[in-house]
Amino acid sequence: MDLAAVFTIEILYSIAVLVLISAGLAVVFGMMRVINLAHGEFMMMGGYATIVAVQAGINIFVAMLVVAPLVVGIIGLIVERLVIRHLYGRLVDTLLATWGLSLAFIGLAVMIFGNTTTGVSTPIAGFTLGRFQVSGYNFFIIVVATLLLVGGYIVLRATRVGLVARGTMQSADMASALGYSPDRVYMSTFFVGSALAGLAGGVMAPLVGLMPTWGTAYIAKAFITVISGGASIVFGLFSSATVLGVVSQTFTFLSGPVIGEVALLVTAIVLLRLLPQGITGYFFRGRL
Amino acid sequence: MAINRRTMLKGAAAVSALAAPPFIRNAFAETPIKMGTVFDITGIFDAYGRPIDMAVRLAVKQINDAGGLLGRPVEHISYDTQSDMALYTQYAQQLTRQDNVDVVHGGILSASREAIRQTLRRANTLYFYNIQYEGGVCDRNCFVTGVTPAQTTEVQIPHTMEKWGKTVYILAADYNYGQLMARWIQKYVGDNGGETLAVEFFPLDVSDFGSTITNIQAAGPDMVYSALVGGPHMSFYRQWAAAGMKDRIPIASTTLGVGSEHLVLTPEEGNGIVVCYNYSPELDTPANNQFKAAWAEMHGANTVPQIHELAVSNYQGVMLWAEAVKAAGTPDRDAVIDALEGGLELEGPAGKVSIDPQTHHATLDVHIMEMREQRLDVLESFASREPIDTQLVCDLIANPDDNMHYEIDI
Repeated sequence: MDLAAVFTIEILYSIAVLVLISAGLAVVFGMMRVINLAHGEFMMMGGYATIVAVQAGINIFVAMLVVAPLVVGIIGLIVERLVIRHLYGRLVDTLLATWGLSLAFIGLAVMIFGNTTTGVSTPIAGFTLGRFQVSGYNFFIIVVATLLLVGGYIVLRATRVGLVARGTMQSADMASALGYSPDRVYMSTFFVGSALAGLAGGVMAPLVGLMPTWGTAYIAKAFITVISGGASIVFGLFSSATVLGVVSQTFTFLSGPVIGEVALLVTAIVLLRLLPQGITGYFFRGRL
Repeated sequence: MAINRRTMLKGAAAVSALAAPPFIRNAFAETPIKMGTVFDITGIFDAYGRPIDMAVRLAVKQINDAGGLLGRPVEHISYDTQSDMALYTQYAQQLTRQDNVDVVHGGILSASREAIRQTLRRANTLYFYNIQYEGGVCDRNCFVTGVTPAQTTEVQIPHTMEKWGKTVYILAADYNYGQLMARWIQKYVGDNGGETLAVEFFPLDVSDFGSTITNIQAAGPDMVYSALVGGPHMSFYRQWAAAGMKDRIPIASTTLGVGSEHLVLTPEEGNGIVVCYNYSPELDTPANNQFKAAWAEMHGANTVPQIHELAVSNYQGVMLWAEAVKAAGTPDRDAVIDALEGGLELEGPAGKVSIDPQTHHATLDVHIMEMREQRLDVLESFASREPIDTQLVCDLIANPDDNMHYEIDI
């Protein structure tokens, strides 16, 4: 009975992690069609920002939820102004440019932080569920991911800012004819996407051995989740994360992490074969 | 601007004048003795490789400051394999074919050692593997100065079983070291009357251990033995502490700490983990204190915490090789091998180091240590432990042409 409860929590946690790591990419790629190969490095920088902030004395929750997104958002802003802005619409060129950026960021991180930085511990204690100990931090991550999805939906649906963003993504010419600067909108969207990546890195920092190359492990999964999701940002992210998370965790419990990863990849291949437009190309069509 | 023949010739002359200096050799300089190294200085194993590289550079500097070897300077040719196995083979071939080095110190993961050992053997280039590993390499061309399971795990397991109990759950990295180490742990647990509940293997890039932690709790062992390797596997210790398991089931490890991982974990995550190695930064011996002082002078006092077992092993390996060259009077491979087999002894930062002629492995002092407040505090010491595990399978005196990595069978 309590094993079933632990199992459920692990699945929810797995879905939440997929949502978290893909949210930034969903905004940047899903809305702007910019392939940001440095997404993993943005997450890594969010993690390091959290560690530095905590070591400077800032409360860990503030460091994770405020400092990390802000810092990485600003870095994203600079990257957008200097690099991405010139490459809109040029898919292969952004690929190359962001790949170079990811290498540069890793190198910078190695120079500044080295490879044996002491991390931060999870701020939330474990608790007992029947005869099992569960990490309380997993709940925190589930809550953050849920708030992210709900908040994203509300912003895109019910606020003017969201409306302008959606409009510009659909037709930049119309939006500019109506008086909104697409340049500005792209800039702000990239800022939000980077901030979300920083948030993911900051929240995950207490749970992983943070090294400069940590982000490279997550970029593939993030892309898979976003592309399997399809055109809709919130619903797409939620549906693909759910499918992939459930499948991979189930197989991990049955036979170990290796099979879990394989199952995730096989599911992604099957999904893309059957639903080439992503899940929200066929279900939840037209939804946000 | 159109380039005509005149400008072309002028340009060529200028360029060759600039490039000339490297080709102008001081005819009176002594030809250096070349030492090649191949380590992962960047990438996911850089926590191991970077301090190793620093230790080797310190050793070379000390040798050269003392006048070199046999009056000749030691030239250190260093390649960074960037945690990529393919580059090991490539650089090993480059060292033997192009750079023509007299000795290679290299390899960190056992997979990297096996990738280059045969290349170096075929090229008759002396090879030192100065890393703790799973034992069993039997190769006249290869000298191993790292500790093996019979030296460390054989005393670590009874110590922990006496402290904590009889049932063990094993986690290991999924490659040759982890697989073989898991077998050794099971063997010694069985020899001491204990029981291995389960063994789990993880590829080197797995960093999510949630289901594993649940499985461990379901099995309920008295202790967990971890042979996990590398940066991503560090997440296990974090997530273990996050689940509040730190005070419920104790952990022992055969790998944690060799790459200064006790600095990456916070004290709450690391306290109480028991390990057993050749070196601890806390060893209070004249040799260790001198070593740390020299390191601080060359690399800066703030890098002293990065000194770990693998770095010290490589420092001792280089120094041992240097002593052998001096004793042999020449860097030629066969003469150096004879010198090493002849009972040469080195007083290194980790204690006495000598080579066992039967196996070409090192006899070393080992210490059982506990991680406490980001230190490795020594609990118990064992002097001059011979590499008995490799001695069981390897006899280079009787079979000098042996070229095998023997794997233990359980």
